[in-house]
Amino acid sequence: MMLSSPHLREANSVPRIMRLVCVALLPGIAVYTALIGPAVLTQIFLASVAALFFEAAMLKMRALPVRRFLGDHSALVTAWLIALTFPPLSPWWLTVTGVFFAIVVAKHLYGGLGQNPFNPAMVAFAVCIIAFPALMSQWPAQGLTLPFEQQLEIVFGFSPRIDALTAATPLDAIKTALKTNALRVDNIQELLRSQNLYGTFAGRGWEWVTMTYLCGGAFLLLMGVITWHAPFAFVTSMAAAAAICWLIDPSRFSDPLFHLFSGGSMLGAFFIATDPVSGCSTPRGRLIFGCGAGLLAYLIRVFGVFPDGIAFAVLIMNICAPLIDHYTQPTVFGLRARESDT
Amino acid sequence: MLRTSFHFPGGVKPDSNKEASARDPIAFAPLPERLALPLKQSAGVAPSPVVRVGERVKKGQVIAAAEQWISASLHAPTSGRIADIGNYPLAHPSGLPAPAIIIETDGLEEWQERPPPDWQRLAPQEVQQYLQQSGVVGLGGAVFPSHVKLDAEARMEELIINGAECEPYVTCDDRLMRERAAEIVSGIALLRDLTGAGQTLIAIENNKPEAIRAMRGAISEHRENFTVVTLPTRYPAGSLRQLIYALTGKRAPFNVLPTAMGVQCFNVATVYSIWRALAHGEPVARRVVTVSGNVRAPRNWDVPLGMSMEALLQLSGPLSDTNGLIVGGPMMGTFLPLTNAPITKGSNCLIARSPRLFPPRPPESPCIRCTACAQACPQGLQPFELYWWSRARDFDKAARYALSECIECGCCAYVCPASIPLVHYFRYAKGELAAAAREQKMADDAKSRFEFRQFRAEREKTEKAEKLAKAAAAQAAKRAAEESAASGEPENMASQEERH
Repeated sequence: MMLSSPHLREANSVPRIMRLVCVALLPGIAVYTALIGPAVLTQIFLASVAALFFEAAMLKMRALPVRRFLGDHSALVTAWLIALTFPPLSPWWLTVTGVFFAIVVAKHLYGGLGQNPFNPAMVAFAVCIIAFPALMSQWPAQGLTLPFEQQLEIVFGFSPRIDALTAATPLDAIKTALKTNALRVDNIQELLRSQNLYGTFAGRGWEWVTMTYLCGGAFLLLMGVITWHAPFAFVTSMAAAAAICWLIDPSRFSDPLFHLFSGGSMLGAFFIATDPVSGCSTPRGRLIFGCGAGLLAYLIRVFGVFPDGIAFAVLIMNICAPLIDHYTQPTVFGLRARESDT
Repeated sequence: MLRTSFHFPGGVKPDSNKEASARDPIAFAPLPERLALPLKQSAGVAPSPVVRVGERVKKGQVIAAAEQWISASLHAPTSGRIADIGNYPLAHPSGLPAPAIIIETDGLEEWQERPPPDWQRLAPQEVQQYLQQSGVVGLGGAVFPSHVKLDAEARMEELIINGAECEPYVTCDDRLMRERAAEIVSGIALLRDLTGAGQTLIAIENNKPEAIRAMRGAISEHRENFTVVTLPTRYPAGSLRQLIYALTGKRAPFNVLPTAMGVQCFNVATVYSIWRALAHGEPVARRVVTVSGNVRAPRNWDVPLGMSMEALLQLSGPLSDTNGLIVGGPMMGTFLPLTNAPITKGSNCLIARSPRLFPPRPPESPCIRCTACAQACPQGLQPFELYWWSRARDFDKAARYALSECIECGCCAYVCPASIPLVHYFRYAKGELAAAAREQKMADDAKSRFEFRQFRAEREKTEKAEKLAKAAAAQAAKRAAEESAASGEPENMASQEERH
């Protein structure tokens, strides 16, 4: 029995926070599924089962109460983020490998919930894109519609992986154009249009998925699960970096809006940069964290070799988070700023 | 007159649960047959008994007198016989007994004649002494002797009267302001004169509209220029430093007294008892206590000090599933089993517990650094960092994250989704730091003692050596003198030897 005050508690819990994050992902998942097909749900299911299995196994090995810790739903959030960031037609073992690295290595080997210095889902992405770059770049071709059975066959490896199934994402197309001047296109927008990749303001179809991630993020803000600092800074810095390049050479760089709604920008800004465990904890620290992550993500996705830069940007900022926190401690009430510096 | 308040950081908004006990007027509790009065009822030094077992005492008679400055006298709440002076259990989780005076009441309520002082003619020091002898202490919960706060030297810019009453369930100040506003306002005028305050501000949370109306009415009747400031209901608005900031915009660090910033603060119930003491010669021997929670008829009782908590609880009819008490509010109060420990000057509220009203805290789970605690902290601290370092037993690091600024208000533990009893950790860390500081002091003292001993030994040695040297020198001088007395001879001898 707890004898220490306070004797009241707000009706909030870690499982509730994790559930709210899952709920905030639901609209994005729905639109994504409508766009790609049930393979998305298959991946989510696969990742969830694997995550719960690895989580339970690790808890057991660490002699922790399995049922109680499994019920905090933190493994589910990691699993869902992995399923949403990996290509939807990835083979099953790729997803499971990603989940293994996230739950076993990035989470439990570093001390479990609350102790991991790196975002587990981003560790999974980084490991897999380095180990299996080809598979991690196979995104379904635009307008590709496959029946459910065929999607299942591809995911579980009963059917050969045909190159025709996949195609470059808009981000890839731009990068290729940027790197190989041989294409000699006049304008990046022209290129995307010519390949039928461009929708209303970003990648066709995908723009609505990222839009719903934005809505999910707004829901989390409204529920008080996240604060505005990191997403705001992420979006602003990415938009600013994109705007500068775009203003310098609009024929080679696409506009800020395109970048904000392509790839993992919105997921990164609202669901990954806001990870409380691996991110910054002070308000000013979160602004710096978001700023750095947004800027690095832009630089990596435009000038780097990988199709998107969110994962590496977030991991790099994860390394910096403790240092940023140390130098951005808020002023203690009643003390002047200088006095409270530690 | 309207006045906006400054916004202190953080804070929480728990359900107030005040309506039930605030509905009915304050009722007088029937006189119990036995009263137990612990000697230590205030901060500072406990007064010493001045009565003997078997002696008859009158109502209002001093039974223990203050001997030190930070101390306040204790009085008999009614007439009767001193049954015992000894150790009796207190309202403390440890249940450890402490010195107390037991009075068997006789029901006669026979007053000790005590004419009110002519306080307008008294020197400030005499007013202070009179309040000390009347046993006036802060009734908001901190029980600091009030006379100490009325230092005549310091002239205050602002006098703040605390009627915020931000703890859930507690309504004793609310009812007191509604029913005894005129006397409180008279008391405030008296304190204004004593402190020479330029501005008098009365702070009341906006969930007490009747109290606000009553106080405003009494102020205009008395033609005073006091300002009632309506605070937004947000715990801990009534906490000293948060209140001062909300009203004046002045920020007082932990180690700076508000008086150093030109602010003095009194609780409304304290003001009322100061007025009763100076205008009516009535010492503090009763107080208003809220009885609420798991009871049939929650209300406020005017209670003689020393009444058993169990007996008081029975007056409001505890429900059958009552499994204990909280003394004080649910945010900062003490968790007790059902007890016959006595009501003291600091007991403002009894809450009957039940598993339904106060479900046990779920087990602690790992901190996910969600920073809900940092957002709720009214002191702008980072409780999750303090927790991290306290748990790691790195108390120096916790101290560098300003642990000493923690006021233990409980906001962090209230919002924590991981159900971590943060305040518990902080009390522990503070205790360890205090122990370390004590040990450090003892080590320093031992070191300086040792060093002094070394120094003394050294000094004695040099003194001895000097003495010896002096003695030797004296002897040498003596010998030299003797030798020179027989002058010439040795030289001659030497010359004679040379000649050999």
